[in-house]
Amino acid sequence: MEAWLDDLFWTYQNLVVSLGINGLLALSMYVVLAAGQLSLGQAAFMGLGAYSSVLMTLAWGWPFWLVLPASCVAPVAFALAVGGPTLRLSGVYLAIATIGMGEVLRAIYLNVDALGGALGLSGIPEQASPLLIYAVLAAALAVLWLVGRSGLGRAMEAMREDATAAEATGVDVRRMRLGVLVASAVLAGLAGALSAHATDFIGPNDYGFEPAVTILSFALLGGVGSPFGPVLGASVLTLLPEVFRDFANLRLVFNGIVIVLAVLFLPRGLLAWRMPRRAA
Amino acid sequence: MADAAPRRVSLLATSGLTRRYAGLVAVDGVDLTVPEGGVHALIGPNGAGKTTLFNLVSGLVAPSSGNIRFAGADITRLAADRRARLGMARTFQNIRVFGAMTLLENALTGLHPRLTSSLVGIVARLPAFRREERHAVARAREALALVGLASRAEERAAALSYGDQRRLEIARAMAGAPRLLLLDEPAAGMNPAETVALSALIRTIVGTGTTVLLVEHDMHFVMNLSDSVTVLNFGRRIFSGPPAEARADPGVIEAYLGTKVAARLAGR
Repeated sequence: MEAWLDDLFWTYQNLVVSLGINGLLALSMYVVLAAGQLSLGQAAFMGLGAYSSVLMTLAWGWPFWLVLPASCVAPVAFALAVGGPTLRLSGVYLAIATIGMGEVLRAIYLNVDALGGALGLSGIPEQASPLLIYAVLAAALAVLWLVGRSGLGRAMEAMREDATAAEATGVDVRRMRLGVLVASAVLAGLAGALSAHATDFIGPNDYGFEPAVTILSFALLGGVGSPFGPVLGASVLTLLPEVFRDFANLRLVFNGIVIVLAVLFLPRGLLAWRMPRRAA
Repeated sequence: MADAAPRRVSLLATSGLTRRYAGLVAVDGVDLTVPEGGVHALIGPNGAGKTTLFNLVSGLVAPSSGNIRFAGADITRLAADRRARLGMARTFQNIRVFGAMTLLENALTGLHPRLTSSLVGIVARLPAFRREERHAVARAREALALVGLASRAEERAAALSYGDQRRLEIARAMAGAPRLLLLDEPAAGMNPAETVALSALIRTIVGTGTTVLLVEHDMHFVMNLSDSVTVLNFGRRIFSGPPAEARADPGVIEAYLGTKVAARLAGR
């Protein structure tokens, strides 16, 4: 029985890892969408977390328990640096600006030899166990759940519904926008470090425009009424290509169709349930 | 400037407040003084600049020149949320409740500036955070009770009727016990019975110690309720004083009825 379970696990380990990583990325998207910001920098944050953590491991020989928290530093620094100028933007302008930043970073990974160029970096020790990945995902869900029920959660939803009214009510909209961007950077940075240390190879194209849109589709499909929606969306969009493995090269087409269908018929996502916004 | 300043500090005072848009001066050198306590009305014909003045006072629009003092402090450069923290709350002409949220959550949002728990306190569910949240919920329920919506606390705001959404907006604004409440056309779209109830509500609010400044078109409503009236026309202040005098002021009559009618009334 145990051997059978072991077998199944080894066969599907990649999928198990992807489910956890994509769940984290979906939450990274969720925190900005929940506050009404269409910021698409999650793949870029993930790339920064992945590349910086791999450098710490390979070049500096840091232990993984130190690498994982430190992998948030570069994404957070980047979020703080770009936050000032970009958060004056909103809607589609913010989306375009953040996609552009992702492309700039991708060009840097491609052209800096120390980062492996187009070949990427390989030989990364597989130190991120599925257990660790799911523990981080569970912790992130718990934190977002608790924060969502507090005054911060109410402020985020108020901003999403009507930023002007939220500001007049006393919500520091600018600070909150920067705050959710930093939270998004932390979650995506962790996802980047974990995935890099679960797969032994990273390359510049793992963090470009295509993954940015895929991460957005997780949250759109799942819905942003609670943090569980995006994780559900990520699970569905990660599992479906496995089920339809023969059509793997149509994955992007499929994601596009899912986004269109979700926007048309499920505007509040698969999980339309809206979490309560009070803790007492 | 200094010699013109009143000895008793007024709650709100604008001086020379101006907002220019391309080809239009929406608010033109307005001096508005609101003493602490009572109901004060801002009236004027359509396009007189009343809502722009409200937006300047609450910080949603930046002035081109002039300054604003609130409770003795210069707030001209403060963002809207900082002004809310100082005790200024407002409602909007086009209702802006948070539709997906429950009534209670809307009222709780009005208490946002009073919540001080840190991220750590929230995530660890420290006793101080839970106490604060319980206290906030109690305050939010009081605010809903004030406007008569306590029994519907768990309903979604979008499900409320127009008049009830206006009341909810007032509850959200009152939850934080503001010193100054700005009401932008609170009686708009209300039937006579609702308007009477609104007058009573505003009197109750003033009774709690909150000063009310309102913009309104319903003259009967304004004249019965207000302690003082400021009249704007084409962005300029043309009158400031008790409501009874406003009704008799030739400049005010002219602004509302046009020069011909004003001349005929004066000739009579």
